[in-house]
Amino acid sequence: MTGKVVTITSGKGGVGKTTTVANIAVALAADGKKVVCIDGDIGLRNLDVIMGLENRIVYDIVDVVEGRCRTRQAMIRDKRMPELFLIPAAQTRDKNAVSPSDMIRLCDELRQEMDWILIDSPAGIERGFRNSIAAADKVLIVTNPEMSAVRDADRVIGLLEAEEKAAPSLIVNRLNPTMVKRGDMLGVDDVYDLLRIEVIGIVPEDENVIVASNRGAPLAIEAKSRAGQAFRNIARRLNGEQVPFLDLEAHSLWDRIARLAGRK
Amino acid sequence: MDFFDRLVGKKKSAKSAKERLQLVLIHDRTDLTPAVLEAMKDDIIAAISKHIDIDPDKVNIDVEHDGRAQRLVADIPLRVATRRRAS
Repeated sequence: MTGKVVTITSGKGGVGKTTTVANIAVALAADGKKVVCIDGDIGLRNLDVIMGLENRIVYDIVDVVEGRCRTRQAMIRDKRMPELFLIPAAQTRDKNAVSPSDMIRLCDELRQEMDWILIDSPAGIERGFRNSIAAADKVLIVTNPEMSAVRDADRVIGLLEAEEKAAPSLIVNRLNPTMVKRGDMLGVDDVYDLLRIEVIGIVPEDENVIVASNRGAPLAIEAKSRAGQAFRNIARRLNGEQVPFLDLEAHSLWDRIARLAGRK
Repeated sequence: MDFFDRLVGKKKSAKSAKERLQLVLIHDRTDLTPAVLEAMKDDIIAAISKHIDIDPDKVNIDVEHDGRAQRLVADIPLRVATRRRAS
Protein backbone atom coordinates (compact mmCIF):
# COMPACT_ATOMS: atom_id res chain seq x y z
CA MET A 1 0.00 0.00 0.00
CA THR A 2 1.26 3.50 -0.78
CA GLY A 3 -0.67 6.12 1.09
CA LYS A 4 -0.97 9.69 -0.07
CA VAL A 5 0.26 12.56 2.09
CA VAL A 6 -2.01 15.61 2.05
CA THR A 7 -1.05 18.76 3.97
CA ILE A 8 -3.65 21.34 4.94
CA THR A 9 -2.20 24.82 5.44
CA SER A 10 -3.27 28.47 5.18
CA GLY A 11 -0.71 31.06 6.18
CA LYS A 12 -3.19 32.92 8.37
CA GLY A 13 -4.39 31.36 11.60
CA GLY A 14 -8.01 30.76 12.52
CA VAL A 15 -9.38 30.09 9.04
CA GLY A 16 -10.41 26.52 9.83
CA LYS A 17 -7.44 24.26 9.01
CA THR A 18 -7.91 21.93 11.95
CA THR A 19 -11.66 21.62 11.39
CA THR A 20 -10.97 20.88 7.73
CA VAL A 21 -8.44 18.15 8.55
CA ALA A 22 -10.75 16.48 11.08
CA ASN A 23 -13.72 16.54 8.72
CA ILE A 24 -11.90 15.31 5.62
CA ALA A 25 -10.34 12.56 7.74
CA VAL A 26 -13.71 11.44 9.09
CA ALA A 27 -15.23 11.51 5.61
CA LEU A 28 -12.40 9.44 4.11
CA ALA A 29 -12.55 6.94 6.99
CA ALA A 30 -16.34 6.64 6.62
CA ASP A 31 -15.65 5.63 3.05
CA GLY A 32 -13.63 2.68 4.36
CA LYS A 33 -10.17 4.19 3.93
CA LYS A 34 -7.33 3.86 6.44
CA VAL A 35 -6.54 7.38 7.57
CA VAL A 36 -4.04 8.94 9.96
CA CYS A 37 -3.99 12.62 10.89
CA ILE A 38 -0.81 14.25 12.13
CA ASP A 39 -1.05 17.42 14.21
CA GLY A 40 1.86 19.53 12.98
CA ASP A 41 1.31 22.35 15.43
CA ILE A 42 3.85 21.51 18.12
CA GLY A 43 3.27 23.62 21.21
CA LEU A 44 -0.30 24.60 20.23
CA ARG A 45 -2.00 21.31 19.50
CA ASN A 46 -5.74 21.31 18.81
CA LEU A 47 -6.58 18.47 16.45
CA ASP A 48 -6.93 16.17 19.49
CA VAL A 49 -9.80 18.23 20.96
CA ILE A 50 -11.53 18.73 17.61
CA MET A 51 -11.51 14.95 17.13
CA GLY A 52 -12.49 14.38 20.77
CA LEU A 53 -9.40 12.30 21.55
CA GLU A 54 -7.66 14.59 24.06
CA ASN A 55 -8.04 12.13 26.97
CA ARG A 56 -6.33 9.28 25.18
CA ILE A 57 -2.96 10.82 24.47
CA VAL A 58 -0.01 8.86 25.83
CA TYR A 59 2.73 9.45 23.25
CA ASP A 60 3.07 12.24 20.71
CA ILE A 61 4.97 12.99 17.50
CA VAL A 62 8.12 14.13 19.32
CA ASP A 63 8.20 10.82 21.22
CA VAL A 64 8.10 9.02 17.86
CA VAL A 65 10.80 11.18 16.30
CA GLU A 66 13.07 10.88 19.34
CA GLY A 67 12.57 7.11 19.52
CA ARG A 68 10.75 6.89 22.86
CA CYS A 69 7.94 4.83 21.32
CA ARG A 70 7.05 3.00 18.15
CA THR A 71 4.95 4.91 15.60
CA ARG A 72 2.02 2.57 16.21
CA GLN A 73 2.01 3.43 19.93
CA ALA A 74 1.54 7.14 19.20
CA MET A 75 -1.39 6.48 16.84
CA ILE A 76 -4.60 7.06 18.79
CA ARG A 77 -7.52 5.13 17.38
CA ASP A 78 -10.71 7.17 16.87
CA LYS A 79 -13.69 6.39 19.11
CA ARG A 80 -16.15 5.82 16.29
CA MET A 81 -14.05 4.81 13.33
CA PRO A 82 -11.66 1.90 13.74
CA GLU A 83 -9.57 2.85 10.70
CA LEU A 84 -9.01 6.49 11.71
CA PHE A 85 -5.97 7.49 13.77
CA LEU A 86 -4.38 10.63 15.21
CA ILE A 87 -0.72 11.29 15.93
CA PRO A 88 -0.91 14.26 18.31
CA ALA A 89 1.57 17.11 18.52
CA ALA A 90 3.67 17.59 21.64
CA GLN A 91 2.30 20.37 23.79
CA THR A 92 5.37 21.19 25.87
CA ARG A 93 8.03 21.26 23.16
CA ASP A 94 8.79 23.75 20.42
CA LYS A 95 8.72 23.31 16.67
CA ASN A 96 12.42 22.65 16.37
CA ALA A 97 11.96 19.28 18.07
CA VAL A 98 10.93 17.95 14.62
CA SER A 99 12.73 18.51 11.31
CA PRO A 100 11.51 18.25 7.71
CA SER A 101 13.53 15.04 7.25
CA ASP A 102 11.90 13.56 10.40
CA MET A 103 8.52 14.22 8.79
CA ILE A 104 9.56 12.62 5.51
CA ARG A 105 10.80 9.51 7.37
CA LEU A 106 7.62 9.27 9.46
CA CYS A 107 5.33 9.72 6.44
CA ASP A 108 7.25 7.12 4.42
CA GLU A 109 6.66 4.65 7.23
CA LEU A 110 2.95 5.53 7.47
CA ARG A 111 2.50 5.25 3.71
CA GLN A 112 3.12 1.50 4.01
CA GLU A 113 -0.05 0.81 5.96
CA MET A 114 -2.34 3.81 5.44
CA ASP A 115 -4.36 5.10 2.46
CA TRP A 116 -4.27 8.73 3.57
CA ILE A 117 -1.94 10.72 5.78
CA LEU A 118 -3.39 14.16 6.55
CA ILE A 119 -1.12 16.76 8.09
CA ASP A 120 -2.56 19.73 9.98
CA SER A 121 -0.03 22.51 9.42
CA PRO A 122 0.38 25.33 11.92
CA ALA A 123 -0.33 28.89 10.82
CA GLY A 124 2.63 30.92 9.64
CA ILE A 125 5.41 30.19 7.18
CA GLU A 126 8.19 29.12 9.54
CA ARG A 127 9.56 25.80 10.76
CA GLY A 128 6.21 24.16 11.55
CA PHE A 129 4.94 24.98 8.05
CA ARG A 130 8.19 23.71 6.47
CA ASN A 131 7.88 20.48 8.47
CA SER A 132 4.28 20.04 7.41
CA ILE A 133 4.86 20.43 3.68
CA ALA A 134 8.13 18.46 3.52
CA ALA A 135 6.47 15.10 2.77
CA ALA A 136 3.32 16.36 1.05
CA ASP A 137 2.14 14.81 -2.22
CA LYS A 138 -0.68 17.32 -2.27
CA VAL A 139 -1.23 20.61 -0.46
CA LEU A 140 -4.67 22.04 0.29
CA ILE A 141 -4.84 25.72 1.18
CA VAL A 142 -7.70 26.84 3.37
CA THR A 143 -8.78 30.45 3.13
CA ASN A 144 -11.76 32.60 4.09
CA PRO A 145 -13.33 35.11 1.67
CA GLU A 146 -11.68 37.98 3.51
CA MET A 147 -8.70 40.33 2.88
CA SER A 148 -6.02 39.02 5.22
CA ALA A 149 -6.79 35.33 4.69
CA VAL A 150 -6.59 35.68 0.88
CA ARG A 151 -3.40 37.68 1.08
CA ASP A 152 -1.71 35.11 3.34
CA ALA A 153 -2.95 32.27 1.12
CA ASP A 154 -1.22 33.97 -1.80
CA ARG A 155 2.05 34.13 0.16
CA VAL A 156 1.85 30.41 0.91
CA ILE A 157 1.07 29.59 -2.74
CA GLY A 158 4.17 31.59 -3.73
CA LEU A 159 6.32 29.68 -1.23
CA LEU A 160 5.03 26.35 -2.54
CA GLU A 161 5.83 27.46 -6.09
CA ALA A 162 9.36 28.35 -4.98
CA GLU A 163 9.70 24.86 -3.43
CA GLU A 164 8.52 23.42 -6.75
CA LYS A 165 5.74 21.49 -5.06
CA ALA A 166 2.82 20.25 -7.18
CA ALA A 167 0.15 22.94 -7.64
CA PRO A 168 -1.94 23.27 -4.45
CA SER A 169 -5.74 23.28 -4.36
CA LEU A 170 -7.96 25.78 -2.59
CA ILE A 171 -10.71 25.38 0.01
CA VAL A 172 -12.82 28.49 0.52
CA ASN A 173 -14.12 28.10 4.05
CA ARG A 174 -16.79 30.04 5.96
CA LEU A 175 -18.49 31.46 2.93
CA ASN A 176 -21.63 33.38 3.83
CA PRO A 177 -23.86 33.25 0.71
CA THR A 178 -26.16 36.01 1.98
CA MET A 179 -23.25 38.42 2.37
CA VAL A 180 -21.86 37.45 -1.04
CA LYS A 181 -25.23 38.11 -2.62
CA ARG A 182 -25.39 41.50 -0.90
CA GLY A 183 -21.96 42.40 -2.27
CA ASP A 184 -20.36 42.45 1.16
CA MET A 185 -18.20 39.35 0.88
CA LEU A 186 -15.79 38.15 -1.80
CA GLY A 187 -17.36 35.33 -3.78
CA VAL A 188 -15.58 32.13 -4.80
CA ASP A 189 -15.10 33.56 -8.31
CA ASP A 190 -13.36 36.62 -6.86
CA VAL A 191 -11.08 34.50 -4.67
CA TYR A 192 -10.25 32.27 -7.64
CA ASP A 193 -9.56 35.32 -9.78
CA LEU A 194 -7.06 36.59 -7.24
CA LEU A 195 -5.30 33.33 -6.36
CA ARG A 196 -5.68 31.33 -9.57
CA ILE A 197 -5.37 27.84 -8.15
CA GLU A 198 -7.88 25.01 -8.54
CA VAL A 199 -10.82 25.19 -6.09
CA ILE A 200 -11.43 21.80 -4.49
CA GLY A 201 -13.96 22.87 -1.85
CA ILE A 202 -16.45 25.56 -0.90
CA VAL A 203 -17.65 25.34 2.69
CA PRO A 204 -20.49 27.56 3.91
CA GLU A 205 -20.36 29.23 7.30
CA ASP A 206 -22.21 26.91 9.64
CA GLU A 207 -22.98 27.15 13.37
CA ASN A 208 -22.84 23.39 13.55
CA VAL A 209 -19.04 23.56 13.24
CA ILE A 210 -18.87 25.08 16.74
CA VAL A 211 -21.41 22.61 18.09
CA ALA A 212 -19.38 19.74 16.64
CA SER A 213 -16.16 21.04 18.16
CA ASN A 214 -17.91 21.38 21.56
CA ARG A 215 -18.77 17.70 21.31
CA GLY A 216 -15.46 16.59 19.81
CA ALA A 217 -17.28 14.89 16.94
CA PRO A 218 -16.49 16.28 13.46
CA LEU A 219 -19.72 17.10 11.69
CA ALA A 220 -18.90 15.28 8.46
CA ILE A 221 -20.15 12.17 10.31
CA GLU A 222 -23.70 13.48 10.30
CA ALA A 223 -25.69 13.74 7.15
CA LYS A 224 -27.50 16.98 7.80
CA SER A 225 -25.28 20.03 8.00
CA ARG A 226 -24.28 21.82 4.80
CA ALA A 227 -20.70 22.30 5.97
CA GLY A 228 -20.46 18.59 6.73
CA GLN A 229 -21.73 17.82 3.26
CA ALA A 230 -19.20 20.23 1.74
CA PHE A 231 -16.36 18.50 3.63
CA ARG A 232 -17.55 15.08 2.48
CA ASN A 233 -17.53 16.36 -1.09
CA ILE A 234 -13.90 17.48 -0.69
CA ALA A 235 -12.99 13.96 0.47
CA ARG A 236 -14.69 12.49 -2.60
CA ARG A 237 -12.85 14.91 -4.89
CA LEU A 238 -9.55 13.89 -3.28
CA ASN A 239 -10.47 10.34 -4.22
CA GLY A 240 -10.73 11.48 -7.82
CA GLU A 241 -14.51 11.65 -8.05
CA GLN A 242 -16.18 14.44 -10.01
CA VAL A 243 -18.59 16.04 -7.54
CA PRO A 244 -20.52 19.22 -8.36
CA PHE A 245 -20.33 22.08 -5.87
CA LEU A 246 -23.27 22.60 -3.50
CA ASP A 247 -25.83 25.20 -4.46
CA LEU A 248 -25.17 27.75 -1.74
CA GLU A 249 -27.36 30.49 -3.17
CA ALA A 250 -29.14 32.20 -0.33
CA HIS A 251 -32.76 31.75 -1.25
CA SER A 252 -34.92 34.64 -0.16
CA LEU A 253 -38.57 34.15 0.56
CA TRP A 254 -39.38 35.75 -2.79
CA ASP A 255 -37.00 33.38 -4.59
CA ARG A 256 -38.74 30.44 -3.01
CA ILE A 257 -42.21 31.71 -3.87
CA ALA A 258 -41.08 32.44 -7.42
CA ARG A 259 -39.68 28.93 -7.70
CA LEU A 260 -42.89 27.37 -6.34
CA ALA A 261 -44.83 29.40 -8.87
CA GLY A 262 -42.53 28.01 -11.55
CA ARG A 263 -41.09 31.36 -12.50
CA LYS A 264 -37.47 30.39 -11.91
CA MET B 1 -29.44 50.40 3.44
CA ASP B 2 -28.89 48.68 0.13
CA PHE B 3 -31.03 51.20 -1.71
CA PHE B 4 -29.50 54.09 0.16
CA ASP B 5 -25.96 52.93 -0.72
CA ARG B 6 -26.88 52.81 -4.36
CA LEU B 7 -28.47 56.24 -4.13
CA VAL B 8 -25.29 57.83 -2.79
CA GLY B 9 -23.13 55.75 -5.15
CA LYS B 10 -21.29 53.91 -2.38
CA LYS B 11 -19.21 51.01 -3.66
CA LYS B 12 -19.98 47.50 -2.42
CA SER B 13 -17.39 46.41 0.14
CA ALA B 14 -16.60 43.14 -1.68
CA LYS B 15 -15.65 45.16 -4.75
CA SER B 16 -13.28 47.35 -2.72
CA ALA B 17 -11.79 44.21 -1.16
CA LYS B 18 -11.07 42.71 -4.56
CA GLU B 19 -9.53 45.87 -5.97
CA ARG B 20 -7.37 46.41 -2.90
CA LEU B 21 -6.25 42.80 -2.91
CA GLN B 22 -5.30 42.96 -6.58
CA LEU B 23 -2.84 45.76 -5.81
CA VAL B 24 -1.56 44.23 -2.57
CA LEU B 25 -0.88 40.88 -4.25
CA ILE B 26 1.12 42.50 -7.06
CA HIS B 27 3.38 44.13 -4.50
CA ASP B 28 3.63 40.98 -2.38
CA ARG B 29 4.50 38.82 -5.36
CA THR B 30 6.96 41.10 -7.11
CA ASP B 31 8.35 43.17 -4.27
CA LEU B 32 7.73 46.10 -6.61
CA THR B 33 6.68 49.32 -4.88
CA PRO B 34 5.08 52.23 -6.76
CA ALA B 35 8.30 54.22 -6.15
CA VAL B 36 10.48 51.55 -7.78
CA LEU B 37 8.05 51.32 -10.69
CA GLU B 38 8.29 55.10 -11.16
CA ALA B 39 12.11 55.07 -11.07
CA MET B 40 12.15 52.23 -13.59
CA LYS B 41 9.82 54.19 -15.84
CA ASP B 42 12.22 57.16 -15.84
CA ASP B 43 15.15 54.89 -16.74
CA ILE B 44 13.20 53.28 -19.57
CA ILE B 45 12.15 56.67 -20.95
CA ALA B 46 15.78 57.87 -20.82
CA ALA B 47 17.06 54.73 -22.57
CA ILE B 48 14.47 54.82 -25.37
CA SER B 49 14.75 58.59 -25.89
CA LYS B 50 18.38 58.11 -26.89
CA HIS B 51 17.21 56.27 -30.01
CA ILE B 52 13.76 57.46 -30.85
CA ASP B 53 11.54 60.45 -30.09
CA ILE B 54 8.81 59.68 -27.53
CA ASP B 55 6.43 61.70 -25.40
CA PRO B 56 7.45 60.99 -21.77
CA ASP B 57 4.03 62.06 -20.45
CA LYS B 58 2.22 59.41 -22.42
CA VAL B 59 4.40 56.48 -21.33
CA ASN B 60 2.49 53.98 -19.24
CA ILE B 61 4.15 51.10 -17.39
CA ASP B 62 2.11 48.63 -15.36
CA VAL B 63 2.12 45.15 -13.90
CA GLU B 64 -0.52 42.86 -15.34
CA HIS B 65 -1.71 39.43 -14.25
CA ASP B 66 -1.44 36.39 -16.41
CA GLY B 67 -2.77 33.53 -14.29
CA ARG B 68 -0.38 33.47 -11.34
CA ALA B 69 2.39 35.09 -13.35
CA GLN B 70 2.92 38.85 -13.51
CA ARG B 71 4.15 40.70 -16.52
CA LEU B 72 5.47 44.20 -16.87
CA VAL B 73 3.63 45.91 -19.68
CA ALA B 74 4.89 49.15 -21.17
CA ASP B 75 2.86 51.29 -23.53
CA ILE B 76 5.19 53.79 -25.20
CA PRO B 77 3.55 55.88 -27.95
CA LEU B 78 6.06 57.18 -30.52
CA ARG B 79 5.96 60.73 -31.80
CA VAL B 80 4.99 60.67 -35.43
CA ALA B 81 8.03 61.44 -37.59
CA THR B 82 6.06 63.29 -40.30
CA ARG B 83 4.42 65.62 -37.83
CA ARG B 84 7.83 66.38 -36.35
CA ARG B 85 9.23 67.21 -39.75
CA ALA B 86 6.33 69.57 -40.48
CA SER B 87 6.82 71.53 -37.30
